[in-house]
Amino acid sequence: MIETACAIAFVAISAAMLLCLYRVLVGPDMPTRILALDTLTINAIGLVVLAGIYWGTELYFEVALLFAMVGFLTTVAYCKYILRGNVME
Amino acid sequence: MTEFADIAIASLIYLGAFFLFVGSLGLAKLPDLMRRLHGPTKATTLGIGATLIASMLYFFLKGDVLSIQELLITTFLFLTAPVTALMVAKAHLLLDKSEAKNLPPTGRKVGWSVFAAPSAPQSERAPSEGN
Repeated sequence: MIETACAIAFVAISAAMLLCLYRVLVGPDMPTRILALDTLTINAIGLVVLAGIYWGTELYFEVALLFAMVGFLTTVAYCKYILRGNVME
Repeated sequence: MTEFADIAIASLIYLGAFFLFVGSLGLAKLPDLMRRLHGPTKATTLGIGATLIASMLYFFLKGDVLSIQELLITTFLFLTAPVTALMVAKAHLLLDKSEAKNLPPTGRKVGWSVFAAPSAPQSERAPSEGN
């Protein structure tokens, strides 16, 4: 039962990532692209956690944690960059 | 693992996948950025929370060890999602000047917070900063 749920969730999250990728490519302005990249990262975290459940290994939590931290930092850095012209002042 | 635990974990996985998909669908479908912010900040956060609770329940029932790492990821994501939304909205407001023209007056001495920051009092301003 859990394997079936994981398979369906893989398909749903992959479709969600494709929608985010569409918004990254098409998005009319810069903040939309940044938001789409952040959502893409959160979807990737969901995919990694589901892969951990599917294969029954706890090795992937560090990957998910690193994705969370790097995704947040890149989003904030991009926003600072388009607002102020540089990241570190 | 009992049948009930299987059903609970599977339904949490379905819930998480559904809300992750709904958040991304809202991001792709809604017309402008202020409306697009609703999908990723609320629905996607709920989806990732449900997925992480499913993972925590699964590994707790499989090995009888309560792993703290999912709680760490959940806390981090729930803390950073509003900050991300605030930064993106602020970048949008400051880059797109047409939003500032449609605002009503505040009725106070200072304007809206993003556009007109109140000037700092003279005593708090450091003299040697060069501003």
